[in-house]
Amino acid sequence: MSVATRRPVALNALILAFLVIWVIAAAFPFAWTVWGSFKVEADFFSRQSWWSAIEGTRTQAQTGGAFTLAGYDGAWVKNEFWKAAINTLIVTLSVTLISLTIGTLGGYALARSGYRYAFWILIAALIFRAMPHITLVSGYMLPFFQLNIWGVLPTTIIVLVAINQPFTLWMLHSFFLSIPKDLDESAMVDGCTRFQAFRMVIIPVMWPGVITTGLFSFLLGYNDFAVTSMLLAQENQTMVPKIASFLGSIQNEGNVMFAVAAVVSATVPLFILVLFFQRQIVSGLTAGAVKG
Amino acid sequence: MPHRTFFVFIFPSILAMVLFITLPILSVVVQSLFVQHEAVLITVENCTPFGCETQTRVDTAAMQKLQADQPMGQFAGFANYLNRNHLAVDEIGAILADNRGFGDVAARIFNLPFYKALSFTLVYCFLVTPLAMALGFAIALAVNTLPGLLKGPTIFVSILPMIITPLVGSLILAWMFNPSGILGATLQSLTGDPTLSLRASPVLTWIVLLVYGVWTNGPFSFVVFYAGLQTVPQDTVESAKIDGASRWEVTRHVIMPHLAPLATFVALVQLMDNFRVFEPIVGFSAEANATSLSWLVFNDLVGQDAQLFGSAASTSVITIVGVLILLTPVLRRTWREFNRKAV
Repeated sequence: MSVATRRPVALNALILAFLVIWVIAAAFPFAWTVWGSFKVEADFFSRQSWWSAIEGTRTQAQTGGAFTLAGYDGAWVKNEFWKAAINTLIVTLSVTLISLTIGTLGGYALARSGYRYAFWILIAALIFRAMPHITLVSGYMLPFFQLNIWGVLPTTIIVLVAINQPFTLWMLHSFFLSIPKDLDESAMVDGCTRFQAFRMVIIPVMWPGVITTGLFSFLLGYNDFAVTSMLLAQENQTMVPKIASFLGSIQNEGNVMFAVAAVVSATVPLFILVLFFQRQIVSGLTAGAVKG
Repeated sequence: MPHRTFFVFIFPSILAMVLFITLPILSVVVQSLFVQHEAVLITVENCTPFGCETQTRVDTAAMQKLQADQPMGQFAGFANYLNRNHLAVDEIGAILADNRGFGDVAARIFNLPFYKALSFTLVYCFLVTPLAMALGFAIALAVNTLPGLLKGPTIFVSILPMIITPLVGSLILAWMFNPSGILGATLQSLTGDPTLSLRASPVLTWIVLLVYGVWTNGPFSFVVFYAGLQTVPQDTVESAKIDGASRWEVTRHVIMPHLAPLATFVALVQLMDNFRVFEPIVGFSAEANATSLSWLVFNDLVGQDAQLFGSAASTSVITIVGVLILLTPVLRRTWREFNRKAV
């Protein structure tokens, strides 16, 4: 039995108060914006009192109901946000799949090679991982204009895959290190080639690590603003640069609510992702940290 | 693994990184030595029934030809680095030669675009990192005391600010801090200043950006420290308690030393990531009061009339140098660990 594990009441109250404040700070902005996205601008950005955003007085006056879908209608239908959503879907899925395919091969090779150059590749990847994306973007623009491949989805996908590679390689490399070498080596003793050993012995056991890494690739592709806003032409924009371009035309009455609705729409997939993969996200973050 | 097999396996990754990371960096370095062409002006005489007048205008055809011949612009050497928008060597010299004391020097240097961006970037980097870590540590300690049933939902809510798209997260906060938004209006009534707004107050802009930084970076430290707390050796904690250590002493002398290596890791990663702070400047439309190095590059690239590739490239090179300086401790650490493993 442990000694003196009961916390004094005052300390418990303090901890609880702190947690309540933190949970509100973390969750309230989202809740508030989701709620407000169903109101009109005069309510969400009320000059009199924020209470009118809760009651929806202006919304009632302007639309006849306490809630309105005007913002969503404006974003998704009038401003064709659905196109941006489809583009985001294409970009993030392709980025995740391609990153994982080439990253798994590379990460496996790095984990199994005992030579010093494998270490140097990892060091180079670490440096590349630290490069601000926008500085790389300023290197792409001119060559891409010259080659006439600027503005289209495939270019952006490949660029995001490349930017994502250093992280993917590190993550999968440390994951493959945790799979015992004996496993694939005994397969090779039994007559498999290296690739057969990889396909038949490693692939079946690698899914937990691949799924975790895939989540982070997905997040990188989904959350990116620097690359997608600079490398995609107007008609090919994904959701995040599309939201930024809504802000440019914010002067027009009602446009702010289009942006609010678009922001809420872009947040929903992330919520679902965390809801289903909370354990993997947490373990992925800690795997990187605990192993250094 | 034989060399050949290794390179077959890793070839696609290496190719992608060479083409889209190494080459762009080289391309940025080269571009930073060039400036865009000056406008070719021609004088034309424009005659109307009311008389003739001469006009000077840009010769579009000549410009296009020049652009096609030399797409990178004119070679300029280090002019891009030294001009007013970057290191501003001449301006700094003038300020140092003729000024009214230290405050004046600081204020005038701060007005130069590059130094304005650099100072915000550094302040953000070195304030947000420790504050977010402290917040994360506090949340981790607190969540660790919760009963099992509450832990899951609390962790779920706690990682939302981290997982959110940076631009979206900063927009959500920016709308709340808008003078007509819930927090902005509350701030106005609390301070009794009806003109208080992000646009009008540089101090408020900096504070709100820092608050955003702590809000969005805290959860990462929390997750890492929370995982670290699960591995604290309970025997040591027990024996410290038997020896009469108070709760605070156990935290200070058992838990914190145990988490120290994790803290180093988090600090290094966060310093690097915070150095590239960019989206919040766009999301909060803070550019009048606070800019960052990454934002300067972005601003040159989206330039209204012409994209300033040379200028963007030289800011990029300076930023990369900054990142490399921040990266040295990480590299040394990795190097040491690798050698330790090898032995």
